[in-house]
Amino acid sequence: MANFYTDNPSLKFHLKHHLMEKIVRLKEDDFADKDKYDYAFQDYEDALDSYDKVLEIVGEICGDTIGPNAESVDQEGPQLINNEVVYARGTQENHDTLTKAGLIGMSLPREYGGLNFAMVPYVMAAELVSRADAGFANIWGLQDCAETLHEFASDEIKKEFLPRFNKGATAAMDLTEPDAGSDLQAVQLKATFDEQKQQWFLNGVKRFITNGDADVSLVLARSEPGTTDGRGLSLYVYDRKHKAVSVRRIENKLGIKGSPTCELVFKDAPAQLVGDRKLGLIKYVMSLMNSARLGVGAQSVGIAEAAYREALKYAYEREQFGKPIIQYPAVYEMLSVMRAKIDAGRSLLYETARYVDIYKAYSFIQENRKLEPEERTDAKQHNRVADGLTPLLKLFTSEYSNEIASDALQVHGGTGYMKDFPVERLFRDARITNIYEGTSQLQVVAAIRAVTNGTYLKLIREYEQNHVKPEFEYYKNLLVEMTDEFEQISKQVMEAKNGELLDFHARRLVEMAGYIIMSYLLMQDTHRDERFRKSAEIFIRKAKTECASRAEFIKSFDEKNLGMYKIEWEQ
Amino acid sequence: MSFRIVVLAKQVPDTRNVGKDAMKADGTVNRSALPAIFNPEDLHALEQALSVKDRIEDAEVIILTMGPPRAAEVIREALYRGATSGYLITDRKFAGSDTLATSYAISLAVKKLEPHLVIAGRQAIDGDTAQVGPQVAEKLNIPQVTYCEEILEVKEDELVIKRRLERGIEIVKGKTPLLITVHSSAPQCRPRHAKLLMQYKHARTVSELVDETKDYTEMMTNKPYLRIEEWSVADLDADVQYLGLSGSPTKVKKIENVVLAHKDSVALTDEDKDIDYLMKELIDSHVIG
Repeated sequence: MANFYTDNPSLKFHLKHHLMEKIVRLKEDDFADKDKYDYAFQDYEDALDSYDKVLEIVGEICGDTIGPNAESVDQEGPQLINNEVVYARGTQENHDTLTKAGLIGMSLPREYGGLNFAMVPYVMAAELVSRADAGFANIWGLQDCAETLHEFASDEIKKEFLPRFNKGATAAMDLTEPDAGSDLQAVQLKATFDEQKQQWFLNGVKRFITNGDADVSLVLARSEPGTTDGRGLSLYVYDRKHKAVSVRRIENKLGIKGSPTCELVFKDAPAQLVGDRKLGLIKYVMSLMNSARLGVGAQSVGIAEAAYREALKYAYEREQFGKPIIQYPAVYEMLSVMRAKIDAGRSLLYETARYVDIYKAYSFIQENRKLEPEERTDAKQHNRVADGLTPLLKLFTSEYSNEIASDALQVHGGTGYMKDFPVERLFRDARITNIYEGTSQLQVVAAIRAVTNGTYLKLIREYEQNHVKPEFEYYKNLLVEMTDEFEQISKQVMEAKNGELLDFHARRLVEMAGYIIMSYLLMQDTHRDERFRKSAEIFIRKAKTECASRAEFIKSFDEKNLGMYKIEWEQ
Repeated sequence: MSFRIVVLAKQVPDTRNVGKDAMKADGTVNRSALPAIFNPEDLHALEQALSVKDRIEDAEVIILTMGPPRAAEVIREALYRGATSGYLITDRKFAGSDTLATSYAISLAVKKLEPHLVIAGRQAIDGDTAQVGPQVAEKLNIPQVTYCEEILEVKEDELVIKRRLERGIEIVKGKTPLLITVHSSAPQCRPRHAKLLMQYKHARTVSELVDETKDYTEMMTNKPYLRIEEWSVADLDADVQYLGLSGSPTKVKKIENVVLAHKDSVALTDEDKDIDYLMKELIDSHVIG
């Protein structure tokens, strides 16, 4: 009887953001489908109402099916039978229910059976599913692969594969290998073209592949023999019906146990080339990775929300020394900081989703007509900010997810360490979020570019232009000071012209930008809804000290000090 | 000819999670304090109907409900899940109907639709009588199978049905036209489908359209499937003396609030004689067995 969408008004709040009108108009290409499909939106109000009502279905399935199944799925996990993956009972039920509700292929265009949903409501659905079961969210979220096919594959491939998603086809992205984890340029799996059969064949091994036995797999493979870097890699789509890939093992993991992580062996597996040769990694996987990072952001926020709710409930119910533990400052501070981090992370999540929505919509419009000059500028600007915000989002929300799950377990005390409460599962599930789809350390590598090229600073200065209510003047002045310091410190680091020093301070600089950006977002949210006031104030106070400590560290650091951090490994 | 299934559904106050204001002082249900929902067992009935539709080509599922204008919501809910169309029986003259008057009105509507199969929930959670389904079958003079858990086989003229009974299951055959009432042990209804929801969310009855501030004229002309039919007493050609209060022999004499008080407690040990005593008590009180 629970509904994860209606019980969390923050989602509807973000759905009603004023930019949604622009997003819907672009995504719907001025409602071109209006008379073509019975379920197409008639206008903006209709679209928003449909988003809202469909999310209500998602919320209901999360509350009634996926959430209640999470524990048994965690215990059972998937099985390997005759080199094929068999999902846990609950996983299969979750997937079937979402398929019956038409909730797979949500962002695909209607001509391929999709719902043509914008990223914002799609990401909301991902957050809801993740709150219910983060491991299952991976299986469901891999419908992102459909989006990659839609963006880059030929019409032939699109027609063959895309309509299958809404009918329940599962997907996987087969990127990593035993010697190619973070460094995907090292991928070895071989793609060879058989001139006689006019067909590509794949041979080799993939490892750590989420949902590896899926119906449709996107595979990164070396198509250019003799090459050793990313420019020799192409992307392929493989159909499970060929039965040319076997699952050698399913990994035994710390968390997200319902999601099968597979080692795959490709033996002359027929596959079709997606897009152009040699662009596999440098273009298509980069794009796929960006949407996957947005997905991990949603997953992180979902896990954090679930953990916070568990902690809050427990803190109300648990009495020690004659009163509920929530009445003790040590506990209520933890909870309110958790809340503030979630509100901040969620605000960053949907801000990022909005930027992604706008530039992606432009890129699809571009397929049909030339963009006007001002549209091109707008698209470019949104693309640039989206590229900056995506790693920042992934970095912050995944780290927060871990901190919040850990604090939630702490609120439970010894009980939380037992298997009796869901919080231990959430703690284990959260742990992967700052590792996969690029570790936090690699998010910093991507995000630092937005520090050095001024993307973050420009965005922050734009936020600064927004009018604030008098009671927020104090906080705004604080944020302006923090921004000035961020600007000055990053200049200082860049001017040193020492690549290693920049790498060393990169995380600190990126995080300073992140704190300021999220502070502004929460302040803007509070202007629309008083509900966020506490979180805004708590977060800005925290941001101030966090930024100050980073600034202090960088200021008092000389490049000569790098040496003291270097470690020699002695055997 | 297509295989036509009529599903009987009722909008009921959600009596599963009642607060302290669920009853009025006079002992009647305070409908305004309880959310109106699709009667749970009717959802199980709808699922059985939809599963028949999945199995045979050219089947249609018509949802039929009787109630005030707002009961149209039940029809929309069924459309979101895969029903083909819906009818709302609504008229002030139906007010105050007991199960006999209700089944009279419903049987007239069913007769107009000429279905092969009528499927209803076993009972509604507001009255818990389990009378309407069987009474409709009697009035239509067609066979009925109650306590259905699953429709196992469907042919044009015959169905095989699994019944869930207190002491086990029973597999029976029934000739069409047939009425089935569905038990809560039957499979849950499928979820609302996103596309159907977006397609049918504007479905309206004529009375609802009157209250709409938005102009629906164009939409209703372009998409005639959005019109939910309403049937009044006149449409059903009903004899008013069998309707509403005058057609309802059930009279509420008195309503009593029953408060379960503590009774004596019995301390039992793990000895055989105590266990035997406990088993006997549980069987006698129908907790088990």
